[in-house]
Amino acid sequence: MNSKRFFLIFMLLLVVSTASLGGALSNIRSAVEESSDFIFLKLFTTSGTTIYSFATFMAFLGPLAGITLGFDAVSNERSQGTLNRLAAQPIYRDSIINAKFLAGSTVIFLTVFMLGIYVSGMGLLMIGIPPSVEEVLRVFTFLLLTWVYISFWLALAIIFSVVCKHAATAALVTMSIWLFLSLFMSLVASTLANLLFPTSGIAGFANLSSNYTATLALNRVSPYYLFSEAATTILNPNVRSIGVVTMSQLSGAIAGSLPFSQSLLLVWPHLVLMIALVIAGFAIAYIAFMKQEIRA
Amino acid sequence: MTERIILQTHDLTKAYDDITAVDHLNLSVREGEVFGLLGPNGAGKTTTTLMLLGLTEPTEGSASIDGMDCVRESIQIKSTVGYLPDNVGFYPDLTGRENLRFTGRLNGLDPQLCEQRIERLLSRVGMTQAADRKAGTYSRGMRQRLGIADVLMKDPRVIIMDEPTLGIDPEGVRELIELIRKLSTEDGRTILISSHQLYQIQQICDRVGIFVAGKLIACGPIKELGRQLESEGSYILELSVEPDDGTLEKKLAELEGVSSVTRQEEIIHVESTGDIRPRLMPLLLEGGYQLLHLHLRGGDLDEIYRRYFEKAGESGEHPTAERKRPGILEQLWKKQKS
Repeated sequence: MNSKRFFLIFMLLLVVSTASLGGALSNIRSAVEESSDFIFLKLFTTSGTTIYSFATFMAFLGPLAGITLGFDAVSNERSQGTLNRLAAQPIYRDSIINAKFLAGSTVIFLTVFMLGIYVSGMGLLMIGIPPSVEEVLRVFTFLLLTWVYISFWLALAIIFSVVCKHAATAALVTMSIWLFLSLFMSLVASTLANLLFPTSGIAGFANLSSNYTATLALNRVSPYYLFSEAATTILNPNVRSIGVVTMSQLSGAIAGSLPFSQSLLLVWPHLVLMIALVIAGFAIAYIAFMKQEIRA
Repeated sequence: MTERIILQTHDLTKAYDDITAVDHLNLSVREGEVFGLLGPNGAGKTTTTLMLLGLTEPTEGSASIDGMDCVRESIQIKSTVGYLPDNVGFYPDLTGRENLRFTGRLNGLDPQLCEQRIERLLSRVGMTQAADRKAGTYSRGMRQRLGIADVLMKDPRVIIMDEPTLGIDPEGVRELIELIRKLSTEDGRTILISSHQLYQIQQICDRVGIFVAGKLIACGPIKELGRQLESEGSYILELSVEPDDGTLEKKLAELEGVSSVTRQEEIIHVESTGDIRPRLMPLLLEGGYQLLHLHLRGGDLDEIYRRYFEKAGESGEHPTAERKRPGILEQLWKKQKS
């Protein structure tokens, strides 16, 4: 791995984390005034007046780290002529692609946890309120989720590094997918949902619920949305549901936060789906690599 | 040299969608010999070497090295066979030494043995000075020498080299050839070299196989291939004379056994069925010509190679190879086919 490149992306994430922490600290006072529960978690979710929160930054910039680590994993070996030399050593061919993914994934794991611990540590120093066990568990789960999320982008980048001859093509393709899923998927989702279930006209009112469900389903195609939804639920115990809640369901509900296990239950499908996406992505890269000719 | 066959292919075939890269190749290489696989670009040489290493699956047929099947036992094959790819590459961020260490570790070498071997091999290929520089700064010749050290890290019994002399200056080639020769004579390793640069390869090969369009069309020691040509009675004489007035060509054409006389600038090419040199001298004296250049061709690999390539539509190494003449090997091949 090109150490300079990794250094750059790591610095970017570090600076962004610090900035988000600064933003969170400047606004945490007003956030605490609203509700004083789970102050420690607010370090991760409170955004500053001009800056996003840590969770949002991870959702948006995390993929960049995955793409950076993966986009030339195989094509670079190929172009510098080390792939056939490597393949001629007494190792199985799949160990090459396995190693590429595992190495990248390990680096992501370390980076994510380092950043998470850094933000927690700095936050702890600044606000001086120690986290409860539940908060620690929630932060830990959030970091694991981030790891899986970024690993998905790594797997996607590796697919294109196997398929594309040039590293630049692979980088562009993966980045356009990243931009599309992160920025434009919500627009596409609502447009499609409005086409399918128009909310204006006579049938408009009846379609309201279907429209919302359709938008949600389409949005969840994007790992970005999946991750954001899961991160919000895990980091904010006050999120009680991620679907549609009718007034009748709400009546009689006692306002309060969910315990950790219930929040986890709520995002369990998200987590499973994201792990499945990682596995599927890696499987595609694996098969493509094994079927490919070694020669340049 | 023993007579034991160490590398053998049986009807080895590799077909891609539209072309057959290797077509029913039957090849056997004896232990300890240097075998040259010669052919033009795109003849299927690299595909053959990749199949021998189990890096590409053959469509049909089989190959074995030292009794091991190249497809099924590819891990064992890869630990006894060293492969030097054409345009060998190294990790540019690591030094030469670190690159070798990486290979050693992939081969499961004991760290101590690994370090000793690195030291010995670096001095053997003359890279001790540059060993601690980043591999990204190496020249092509240095990469090729480091490549040989890299291949020797696993102490292979068979070494396959793909175009080892391509893009290296004459002095570098000379050193490389010397190195390869020693691998065979001193260490007794079997070496298979695939190349289209026959001049260099000719010097070290015990036997050569000529490979065109996926088929092996001639195989044997260079001298024997030359004799085959001679027995078919084809001689090519190159000569140039002073004064170069153009009348000599007519006289040459009238000599017995001369089949064609062609001219390329000041060089006259005479093709004949027998050796016309004894009768040439009186002819020259008679006309008052002074002989400037005389060269008999036909017995060297160059000629064999060149002729065959004409047929394959390749221009070969020489500008003179562009003229069309039916080659002996072509005839040989036709005979084989019929």
